[in-house]
Amino acid sequence: MTVDASRGAPPGTLRNSSAELVQLLTPEGERVEHPDYPLELTADEIRDLYRDLVIVRRIDFEAVALTRQGELGIWASLLGQEAAQIGSGRALRDQDMVFPTYREHAVAWCCGVEPIKLLGLYRGVNHAGWDPKEHNFHLYTIVIGAQTLHAAGYAMGIQRDGAVGTESGAATIAYFGDGATSQGDVNESFVWASVFNAPVVFFCQNNQWAISEPLEKQSRIPLYRRAQGFGFPGIRVDGNDVFACLAVTRKALDSARDGQGPTLIEAFTYRMGAHTTTDDPTRYRLEAELEAWKLKDPIERVKAYLVKNEMADSAFFDDVDAEAKQVGMDVRKQCLELPDPGPMSIFDHVYAEPHALISEEQEQFAAYLAGFADAADGTDGAGRADEEGNAS
Amino acid sequence: MTTETLTLAKALGAGLRKAMEDDPKVLIMGEDVGKLGGVFRVTDGLQKDFGESRVIDTPLAESGIVGTAVGLALRGYRPVCEIQFDGFVFPAVDQIISQLAKMHMRSLGAIQLPVVVRIPCGGGIGAVEHHSESPEVHFAHAAGLRVVACSNPADAYTMIQQSIRSADPVIFFEPKRRYWDKAPVEMDLAAAPPLHQAVVARPGDDVTVLAYGPMVKTCLEAAAADDERSLEVIDLRSINPLDIETIMASVRKTGRCVVAHEAPVFGGFGAELAARITERCFYHLEAPVLRVGGFSTPYPPSRVEEQYLPNLDRILDAVDRTFGW
Repeated sequence: MTVDASRGAPPGTLRNSSAELVQLLTPEGERVEHPDYPLELTADEIRDLYRDLVIVRRIDFEAVALTRQGELGIWASLLGQEAAQIGSGRALRDQDMVFPTYREHAVAWCCGVEPIKLLGLYRGVNHAGWDPKEHNFHLYTIVIGAQTLHAAGYAMGIQRDGAVGTESGAATIAYFGDGATSQGDVNESFVWASVFNAPVVFFCQNNQWAISEPLEKQSRIPLYRRAQGFGFPGIRVDGNDVFACLAVTRKALDSARDGQGPTLIEAFTYRMGAHTTTDDPTRYRLEAELEAWKLKDPIERVKAYLVKNEMADSAFFDDVDAEAKQVGMDVRKQCLELPDPGPMSIFDHVYAEPHALISEEQEQFAAYLAGFADAADGTDGAGRADEEGNAS
Repeated sequence: MTTETLTLAKALGAGLRKAMEDDPKVLIMGEDVGKLGGVFRVTDGLQKDFGESRVIDTPLAESGIVGTAVGLALRGYRPVCEIQFDGFVFPAVDQIISQLAKMHMRSLGAIQLPVVVRIPCGGGIGAVEHHSESPEVHFAHAAGLRVVACSNPADAYTMIQQSIRSADPVIFFEPKRRYWDKAPVEMDLAAAPPLHQAVVARPGDDVTVLAYGPMVKTCLEAAAADDERSLEVIDLRSINPLDIETIMASVRKTGRCVVAHEAPVFGGFGAELAARITERCFYHLEAPVLRVGGFSTPYPPSRVEEQYLPNLDRILDAVDRTFGW
């Protein structure tokens, strides 16, 4: 028998989603129990989760449309990953700290970040439009995996503050994707969290694709099993099941806050859209795969559950749709109203304390721009001197 | 005023100790910084006195050291990271340049990251490859970082404390071949010049010699050896931001300037100095600004490093050439 040295994972092992998958709500909307993850939710809570899922999908839809219309430069769609993000996001407590990638729009929603603030980066009016401390939601991180180390370090700070193992215990949650698991920083953050027993939940949304590269290009074992080698638990959860994502993340956060150290959660999900609006998935993946995942839609199963259990009527669904539409329209309006930054804003906030070089370049550029203002005004050099208060 | 005579390494250790005493949020982190006290013993005794939660022996991964320091700073701490040797900083460059340096700007000022990254730099100690490099220009070029280099025990003691107090991230270069140099150290921080101010290390009239870090001592030796000409040696101390005023005042007086650094001349910090001096002192210059530095080669094996490193003769040769124009 010859061995193909270029071969990676044996076929089927990575994508066999039923293997050791925690699921509490089937794609058909049937509630199933799991001995390790009991979950009691009231009808109100389930309706709220449904509302979250629908609204974040609508925000995402609006942002994609705005990109198509040239109002955003690019957008990273979360389509298909709503349950993974809402489930984990709703497991957070106020004192927990989130370290997102650039796709965690629904987690931002859970943390109370106004949707419009997410659009600034993609429209090109700023690099991040929110104060992380205000929402305990860190800036989006674009360099893949870098934020996982920030989460580990922040968690070490929580330990040093004595805020572990107490009633008000806190934890961090680091989001990343399947592609990121190949990054050194992600693996280093696993080492750090492990040896320092830091309160971190590593939440990997395995959406099966890192732009065009399938999971087989990143790993030959299921991702959740990586945790074992680092010495902490790894769990695979149905990432399209908002109940399971909520229960599994809640338990992992509780464990971290309680001083039991890190957990890796692999949320097994699917990127229904393109990597970003500049991507073309038809070049590298089959339509049939997408169709198969559509049957596992994270929203439809909650709707089916609500209907079957008579927890919601058509008026409720209409209301949620109307609310989502309104949120979408508000985001659109606010996006179009976002002011472009002025040229001098380039120099803002580069340093926290005064910096001679920045000041010098700022002055030079202001003077250069002022020259054009004079030309536009039809005034001469004396006019400029007047503005600067230097002339007689 | 209290003065103690310390080696540069001990002065750094004393500065770190003082910073830790003054502010309980100051942490030390790096490879072997605890029990061992660092491979150069700069952090000697700190873990014993401040405990393992404040002096952290980290796993062996430089990106991890800086990346977790960013996280600790986000939580309100002031981490001082040790990169064991200059050539080992490159795995951490994403965390330093893309994360640490930019976060204040990206957050529109909401986040401050008072992180210090200490890097022993330069050659002259007979080390194997990757242990003798001068990577300062990579960091000087990255907006959002402050980049300083101490040259003597007194500055080491004060500059490390000033760097820790900075609200911005600071890359702190330590001249490793000068770690064992001894000198009196003024222990009163208030007497020290501001962090980003250059100082005239030796006044002179005929030619300005600019240096920082390990080359300051070499330039002072060159100045002492030159019987014919009076060299004014300026210790830049900070390369970003740069104290151009002190440099201009000197060059306008002397009309000649030589820059010395261990890093390769091509694209080195001397190029920036030469350009700025030319722009500001053009009519005062009697000769072009000349640069002395390493060659455009990887750092050579240690048995020939003395040929690579700028020495007294090469500095004086450049000084002579400024008079031949």
